[in-house]
Amino acid sequence: MPKIGVLALQGDFSEHIKMLKKCNVNVCLVKLPEDLIDVQGLIIPGGESTTIGNLMQRNGLNKEITKKHKEGMIIYGSCAGAILLAKDIIGSSQPRLNLLDISIKRNDYGRQVDSFEAQLSIEKIGKFNGIFIRAPVIEQVSNGTKVLSRLNNNPVLIQDKNILASTFHPELSNDKRIHEYFIKLTKNFL
Amino acid sequence: MQKGTYLLKKGLAEMLKNGVIMDVVNAQQARIAEKAGACAVMALERVPADIRNAGGVARMADPLKIKEIMNAVTIPVMAKCRIGHFAEARVLEALGVDYIDESEVLTPADDSHIIKSDFKVPFVCGARNLGEALRRIEEGAAMIRTKGEAGTGNIIEAVKHVKCIRREIESLQDMTQKQFHEKAKEYGVSFDLIIQTKKLQKLPVVNFAAGGIATPSDAALMMLLGCDGIFVGSGIFKSQKPFETAKAIVEAATHFDRPQIIAKVSTGLGEAMKGLDIKKLEIRLQERGN
Repeated sequence: MPKIGVLALQGDFSEHIKMLKKCNVNVCLVKLPEDLIDVQGLIIPGGESTTIGNLMQRNGLNKEITKKHKEGMIIYGSCAGAILLAKDIIGSSQPRLNLLDISIKRNDYGRQVDSFEAQLSIEKIGKFNGIFIRAPVIEQVSNGTKVLSRLNNNPVLIQDKNILASTFHPELSNDKRIHEYFIKLTKNFL
Repeated sequence: MQKGTYLLKKGLAEMLKNGVIMDVVNAQQARIAEKAGACAVMALERVPADIRNAGGVARMADPLKIKEIMNAVTIPVMAKCRIGHFAEARVLEALGVDYIDESEVLTPADDSHIIKSDFKVPFVCGARNLGEALRRIEEGAAMIRTKGEAGTGNIIEAVKHVKCIRREIESLQDMTQKQFHEKAKEYGVSFDLIIQTKKLQKLPVVNFAAGGIATPSDAALMMLLGCDGIFVGSGIFKSQKPFETAKAIVEAATHFDRPQIIAKVSTGLGEAMKGLDIKKLEIRLQERGN
């Protein structure tokens, strides 16, 4: 069984942990660089991307994540996690990991009153209730990126080799299929 | 496509967890808070300590102020309305604030609270005990915070409130069906909500600490007591070094279980807000609303 870490600086990491426990994998919290030892897959949860980015820069976790990713660690980012992975955050200079070649725009559907649930259709997974909270929009992806689901023509779940990113929150649903997909991905890269 | 569902309302509170929500009174403070790592800001005319000093009737902030703050930052913006004042709440919803705090810090407009399930925008409400928390949830609140005693920089009331809620949830664990019905009646909430709380062994929504938090150790204390996150009102911009204090409280909320980190971030912050003795208060804000 792979060991999956969940970045636990800020946000809904406990929902991801609950989901992973249902999938029977080894789970650990990641708050400091040394917490990444032996971690084969990392989830960056939903939360506030400026807060999380700030905190990981302060203790050097950003550099350790980048290093571990180069050594083969698989990453999944949901919502704020997707923003933190992006190379281009439109109109923002906030701290980021710079690992995923996409352009993403924060809060592009509007404020909280515009948050929504929508039925998605996901490649290899099927129908899925997408929970979008002050969600970002992925405006551009690079050539090699697989778009696994779209909403109004914008990608909402993508995979670029060993990085998975969604603009919605599967951890808030009772549906563990995206987490299972991520675990399978981690096993394939082991 | 569905908007304004309870799942979405609760969901935003989930995203704020383990973070710090800071009171700000203008765009400049909002930017400082965001830069320091706040996960949201509360847009206000005055911080609670100044509301206390000013006296008179405290009302919803000027929309101009709220818009100024909304335009200054990318993180969620909350704003307060008076208890029971559903017209103020409708104005805040129309402005597009991300969360409304139906707050005892402002002067109440009614003895009963707003029916929050009528709104698309989510609400957070204060509570001193389990009955109060569950009544607010039944009315549609998607997030709870301790009332504490706002504007005092004194943590004791917030500690009492979070411990009281925890104790009352624990006492649900060995009750009989009959006792559950009695509790539901006593609290004025549905039997189902009592059972749900018993099963979860915690409140069914996110629960933050508020009312008196002034230092990184205060934030750590509330997290260690099981709170999901922290509201800091007057504690930041009434301190000697607001940016440094804000940054340190953010780190303390994340690394609450590592005293070495709290020690490091607490070093050299200068003076915290002065604070007030609860016994000497003329007005106890926590007694507003029940």
